[in-house]
Parts: sequence; C-alpha cells; structure tokens
Amino acid sequence: MSVFRSIVFTAAAAGLLVGLTVTGLQQVRAVPLILKAEVYEQKAEAAPAAPAALAPHAHEPGVAPHSHAESAAPHEHGAAWQPAEGFQRNAFTALFNVVTWIGFGLGLAGLMVIARRPATWREGLIWGLGGFAALTLAPSIGLPPELPGMPAADVVARQFWWVGAALSTAMGLGLIALTRAPLPCIAGALLLVAPHLVGAPQPPTAESAVPDAMARDFVTAVMVSAFVSWALLGALTGFFLNRFRGSESEA
Amino acid sequence: MLQQSSVASHVPAIKASAVLQAAFAVLLGVMLVGFTGFAHVEAVHNAAHDTRHASGFPCH
Repeated sequence: MSVFRSIVFTAAAAGLLVGLTVTGLQQVRAVPLILKAEVYEQKAEAAPAAPAALAPHAHEPGVAPHSHAESAAPHEHGAAWQPAEGFQRNAFTALFNVVTWIGFGLGLAGLMVIARRPATWREGLIWGLGGFAALTLAPSIGLPPELPGMPAADVVARQFWWVGAALSTAMGLGLIALTRAPLPCIAGALLLVAPHLVGAPQPPTAESAVPDAMARDFVTAVMVSAFVSWALLGALTGFFLNRFRGSESEA
Repeated sequence: MLQQSSVASHVPAIKASAVLQAAFAVLLGVMLVGFTGFAHVEAVHNAAHDTRHASGFPCH
C-alpha cells in the first residue's frame, strides 16, 4: 500500500471512531450547556435596555469601530441556512466532528511517518497527548472554550492567535521531542511560551450573557472530551498505521 | 508507488517520496480542519456551530 493511502485509511478509521465517540461525549455535558447558553443569549438579545452591555465604553487603540447591535447578537445570521433544531443539528455536529477528527488523524499519522517513528499504539498515544497539548491546551490558555453569548474579541483575530498558538506549540514539542542538540531544544522551549507572551485577543467587555458557573462547566466539559479524544485518536492512529503499513513503518 | 513501497531496500528516492506523500496527507488534514473549524461561509458556520464551540475553536 502506498504511504499516502495507508495514512488516509488510518485517519479515516481512527477519525470515524473518535468523531463518533466525541459526539457522544459532547452530548453529556458540552452540547446541553451550549443549548442552555443560547437561551441566555436570546434573553440578553431580547432585552435591549440591558444597561451594562450597551453602556458606552472606550476601546483600546487598534480596536476597529464596531456596531454593538451586531456583536451583541452574534448568532443572528439573517437568512443563511442553518440546520433544524434537534436531530438535524446533532447530525451535522456528528458529521463535522468526524471530518475534524479525520483531519487531525491525517496530521498525526502524516507527521508520525515524516518523523519516522515506529507505528505502535503506545507511540501513537504519546503523539495524541502532544496533539492535545498543541491543539487544545495551548490555545485554551489564552482563549478558553466559550459558550454562545459570551463576550469575545473579533473572530478573525482569535482564529489567527489560535492557529499561531497551535502551530508554535506543535513545533516546540516536536523540536524538544525529536532533536537532541541543545539549540533546537531551546528554540522549542521559546516556541512553547511565545504565544502566551504575545497574548490572545481579549474580549472588549467582561459583561457576559452567560453565568460564570456555566462557562466554567463548559471549559471542563470541552477539556475532558478533548483529552479523551486526543488520547484515543493517538492510540488508534498508531494501531491502524501499524495494520495498514506493517513493517514498512519501521523504515 | 505500490511497487516502490514493497521493495525492501530503502533508496533515498523512496524515502523522499514517502515524506512527500505524508506531507500531502498532513496538508489534506489541515484543509479539512480549516473547513470544519475555521471557514467563514455562513452555512458552514451554522452547521459546524456546536462542533466548533465544543472543540474549543474560536466561534462568533
């Protein structure tokens, strides 16, 4: 089997299993919290005279002028299509979870092959934990998982920092784990801390439509399901890569 | 490609091709996650909404 094919099969199998598992995990805590938060969000939108949220306030220089009518109602998307509540909405969540985890699986398996690491579930598990550190932990330090209705900075700025933090952490971990010379290790350590020295884009206001306790619960829920998912993805990726590539992976 | 990877000896050309294929797989993965987690298309955002929030991706 070609290298590309074996990676794709590995990622498809591992991603499908993890995507369905994470969909089940999310139904326990995260998704009920999202639905509950949307009730608060809509309540806040329906009460136009909410004094604190609409009070005039100064922005730091560099923050583009923006309409609060828009940012206070971020989930009103006009006439754009959206899935029907209930089954259809959850089916799309499952689908997007599966595609996302197949994507993560392609990355993980591809990098394991490039790094010429042995394809075993044990090795994969370590890589999965690295994935958790790079794609969940590091971005969450600056941008904790947020519920609908929580105040947040511009979405493009957050996406930019999120991707930067993930890439920087992944490269830092890679340099420290895969090289032995002191200089790359120092560079790796710097890459690990750099995103947090730069700092994530902060929300313009502390006012939230969602109670703090719910926001805390949500962070825990996302962290737990992401941790389980990454560990599982790593182990399954190592396992399937071994099945599909066999002894070739030792090369 | 199939014949190449079944050859036991590993000449540099095969290794380079393996790395290239693996890199292409990584790129494909990045594109998939970019689509599900980061695309700004309205309908994609709405369909992926709960996935994005529950995965800790930045969302509106």
